[in-house]
Amino acid sequence: MHVNTFDRYESRQSAIHQLDPRVKVVVTVLFIVANALLPDGAWLAFLAAWALLLFVSGAAQIGLGWLLKRSLIVGPFLLAAVTVVFTLPGNGLAQWQLGPWTLVPTDAGLLRFVSIFIRSWLSVQMAILLTATTQFPDLIHALHHLRVPNVLVSIISFMYRYLFELANEAGRLLRARESRSAAGVNGRSSSGGSLFWRAKIAGHMVGQLLLRSFERSDRVYNAMVARGYNGRLLTMNPHHMKSSDWQLGGVGVVAILLIQLVARL
Amino acid sequence: MNETTPTLLVNDLRFSYPDGHQALNGVDVVIRRGEKVALVGPNGAGKSTLILHLNGILNGGEQVQIAGMPTTRKNLPQIRAKVGLVFQNPDDQLFSPTVFEDVAFGPLHMGLPEDEVRRRVGYALAQVGMGDFAGRLSHHLSIGQKKRIAIATVLSMDPEILVLDEPSAGLDPRARRALINLLDELPLTMLVSTHDMLMVRELFPRMIIMDEGRVVADGKTAVLLEDTTLLESHGLEKP
Repeated sequence: MHVNTFDRYESRQSAIHQLDPRVKVVVTVLFIVANALLPDGAWLAFLAAWALLLFVSGAAQIGLGWLLKRSLIVGPFLLAAVTVVFTLPGNGLAQWQLGPWTLVPTDAGLLRFVSIFIRSWLSVQMAILLTATTQFPDLIHALHHLRVPNVLVSIISFMYRYLFELANEAGRLLRARESRSAAGVNGRSSSGGSLFWRAKIAGHMVGQLLLRSFERSDRVYNAMVARGYNGRLLTMNPHHMKSSDWQLGGVGVVAILLIQLVARL
Repeated sequence: MNETTPTLLVNDLRFSYPDGHQALNGVDVVIRRGEKVALVGPNGAGKSTLILHLNGILNGGEQVQIAGMPTTRKNLPQIRAKVGLVFQNPDDQLFSPTVFEDVAFGPLHMGLPEDEVRRRVGYALAQVGMGDFAGRLSHHLSIGQKKRIAIATVLSMDPEILVLDEPSAGLDPRARRALINLLDELPLTMLVSTHDMLMVRELFPRMIIMDEGRVVADGKTAVLLEDTTLLESHGLEKP
């Protein structure tokens, strides 16, 4: 697996990229929370939220197509919400026979589902914009300075650093398995053996990964202790809020409040 | 500390792991200021165990002294600033998201002011020839670059002695050459554990051979490398 699989940063010289990461984190979180609070079927507010999103992506010089493609990731999670179409009481729109069950999609259910779809889709796009315009280490600093508990920030930081190593490690294990999973000489047995056998091997590999990570954590800890770590992770603050940061952050918060207003008028 | 105090003094150090395996059977080592010493021996000879004692990750107590200071629990914070320990795998050594943060880690945890930390990071990166890499992400570097930056992470602590575990392992010839030149130029006391006998011959005037938890030979590299019987009886080869 290539290391860039996890890196979502798109290098540009835009005003959004230059913005203090703390501002970006706060505005993004506010946008997502405000989105979740929008009532069902507040179409005008959804439209306004989308306009805000388009404005930010335009200012950040992030292409719409790119953003749409990335946002497809909400798909699988939306499946969990499909049930509301049938479970919410309302006027039945149709009647579907599914074996012993009868499914009745309702108008209220459909409205709820479409609203959930729009809300999560907008939220995910804003989060994608955040990671596309902010280097991950800056995000970690922002969380640190926003007083997110130290343990959480450390975990996120280490996860980011070692996700790549873990993926590479898994890749090496997979390759080693591939290169020894030959078909039988006479071509009779299938490549890689029976399903049960392959499942067993996969289980061993997961165990291997866990053990290797465990041992690595020991070595990393030693390396930290060797350089004076004593339980408190210290970092330096490379960010200073400029007046433009305050202003743009303020504009973002006001826009989010206006969208709430639109939804409730 | 006067001029005659050795930078590193290990006196009859013994250690056994919790599973009962006796890794060190009374090790004596003295290294004076400015010496560059190679530590060789087969796998399992106790080299890594010895190295882990030098800054108190494994507790050697009074048996290990750095510039006259025993590695007791009370002294550990100072000991860790004096001993620059670089582990074999740079991915274990570089645990921060960016190069800058990794090189700043030691000085920050020594409690130095931010200006001084910045100055030391710049100086350490320049010393290993990686001055332009401060803002880079650690996982995007090649292994040779990682090794150099791993050395910078301890140079920024301004150590009395540099202790390296297998610095040339896994490097391609060009990266290995660059590393050898770097070690040659660094004006520091050094103890380097390695299997790279060519590097030992080229770089280290003195070598220590360990086997089965003991120091079995300690002397001039040029002399010891001629003693093929000695080398072969401890699984080593003349380069």
